[in-house]
Amino acid sequence: MSHTRYRIEAAGEPRKFPPEAMARIEKILKRYPTKQAALLPVLWVAQETWGWISKESSEEVARILELPPSHVDGVLTFYTMFHLRPVGKNLLQVCTSISCHLLGAGALVEHCRKRLGIDLEETTKDGKFTLVEVECIAGCDRAPSMMVNDKYYEPMDAGKLDALLKRLGRGA
Amino acid sequence: MDKVLSARVGKPNSQSIDTYLADGGYASVNKVLAGAMTPEQVLEEVKKANVRGRGGAGFSAGVKWGFLPKDTKGKPVYLLCNADESEPGTFKDRLLMENDPHQLLEGMILASYAIRCRNAYIYIRGEFYDGARILNRAVEEAYAKGYLGEKILGTEFSLDITVHRGAGAYICGEETGLIESLEGKRGQPRIKPPFPAVSGVFAAPTIVNNVETLCCVKHVVDRGADWFLKIGRNEKNTGPKLYCVSGHVNRPGVYEAAMGLDFEEILYGQNYAQGIRGGKKLKAVIPGGASAAILKADEIKGVPLDFDGVAAKGSMLGSAAIIVMDEDTCIVSAVMNILKFFSHESCGQCTPCREGTTWLYKVLTRIENGQGRPEDIDLLSRVGGQMANGMTICVLADGAAAPLLSGVAKFRDEFVQHVEQKGCPFAVRVLTPA
Repeated sequence: MSHTRYRIEAAGEPRKFPPEAMARIEKILKRYPTKQAALLPVLWVAQETWGWISKESSEEVARILELPPSHVDGVLTFYTMFHLRPVGKNLLQVCTSISCHLLGAGALVEHCRKRLGIDLEETTKDGKFTLVEVECIAGCDRAPSMMVNDKYYEPMDAGKLDALLKRLGRGA
Repeated sequence: MDKVLSARVGKPNSQSIDTYLADGGYASVNKVLAGAMTPEQVLEEVKKANVRGRGGAGFSAGVKWGFLPKDTKGKPVYLLCNADESEPGTFKDRLLMENDPHQLLEGMILASYAIRCRNAYIYIRGEFYDGARILNRAVEEAYAKGYLGEKILGTEFSLDITVHRGAGAYICGEETGLIESLEGKRGQPRIKPPFPAVSGVFAAPTIVNNVETLCCVKHVVDRGADWFLKIGRNEKNTGPKLYCVSGHVNRPGVYEAAMGLDFEEILYGQNYAQGIRGGKKLKAVIPGGASAAILKADEIKGVPLDFDGVAAKGSMLGSAAIIVMDEDTCIVSAVMNILKFFSHESCGQCTPCREGTTWLYKVLTRIENGQGRPEDIDLLSRVGGQMANGMTICVLADGAAAPLLSGVAKFRDEFVQHVEQKGCPFAVRVLTPA
């Protein structure tokens, strides 16, 4: 349980799923005996639609699944992969669990902070990068391991990280 | 031993149903559904093979299936595949799903047949984007070829499989946490009893099995329980096993061997991890993922890597995640790292776990940073001792206490040194990928 994840930001505009997302949701609902069971998959659709999940998205999901909004908020704040505020175009997720720790994950995080000029959980001003630490991502044999959005980059070192950031649009 | 579970890993297009069929895949489904075995016979075969749960608990899958009520009073039976692989140091299920998804699906079809399940789910951790994509494609292929859906291969047996993605919570790997999460709730484990076999997901009888366990089921049906029993050290520790080796070794990776492989062989053998990096000496090993007790270098000699062999040393095989630490490793910092993990991942229901993991992490941090007090070392043991052995709903707290208590007991000198020198005597780890 992350103790700091309790605030879900507002987008400041209503959220309505576009038709293709609604079609996906209809398909998802057929796979479960209860509407509530579709909550995690539908939240994934919401995150894929808007990049993060706002208070308004949460309320819309609650409406569609006929759930109390407080229940959806409770679930949202429990699972760390749901973004409760906007994140950068590239979400850098550095694994710092034991196997990566033993092979210098701490130094890798430091290097990221310095290169990007941001702290953990922060986003660069240009909106390109957000830096977070993650728990074991099952890349232990290629430690230290990290992910950018949904792709693994491993094993990682300072030089490879610099090259990667450059490719993603950050000068050295 | 020839590779069994990982035999197809690395082959071209190993994910596709065409190559799987060409390699003899789904032969057991064809055979069983043609009437070669009744559901009861499949269950008995798996029970006889003593396929112990590869997710960590080591409980016999066949015995677990046997706990299902004979009369379910009209309720459906659910099979849930636990693909939440998130025990630090574990990366074997990722390999199986990304390389050979149909092996898992075949295991699930056979298991579902045995337990009369109509609807099965694969609960896969959210971070496995590729795994979920590959599994979804495999499921679609299996529907297209008639191995899933209504009246499979023209028989009365029907089965749907749905890939369900988690969203970043270690505790959803605990079977009742997984069930809660699948129901669309926070993944907070349930009080047992009732056990899932009696009342699990959607208040119906439910079986939760790990990915590797279900893959083993396929091979038991393929080749028989007697074949499976012959692999391994003895009849209690049977079958092929995937071992995950990480940390300070020359060749980290997933290695398949017969259950009961010699501990030193996997660390030093030419076919395995090939020794400690940089010619360093071994200091300690965690044999079964972050929730297993730490073993000192001199404790692993002659230990067979199986459920009973590692348990005899006061630790556990767990998910067979072998985390290797060389002589330059700071045990205080390693234990601190593990407690940071558990304090973050505690679901928060039980006070000993929520508070215990958090305070242990705080005290360890102050020792590592040179602000430790002499009495802190006993404080760690006392707090850790109050968390384990049935104080909480699930065993996350036990898993947090095990590396801590063993670390303090076996490496007390290091903790004392940190306190006396007011800081960490070890050099900071620099980036040293393999």
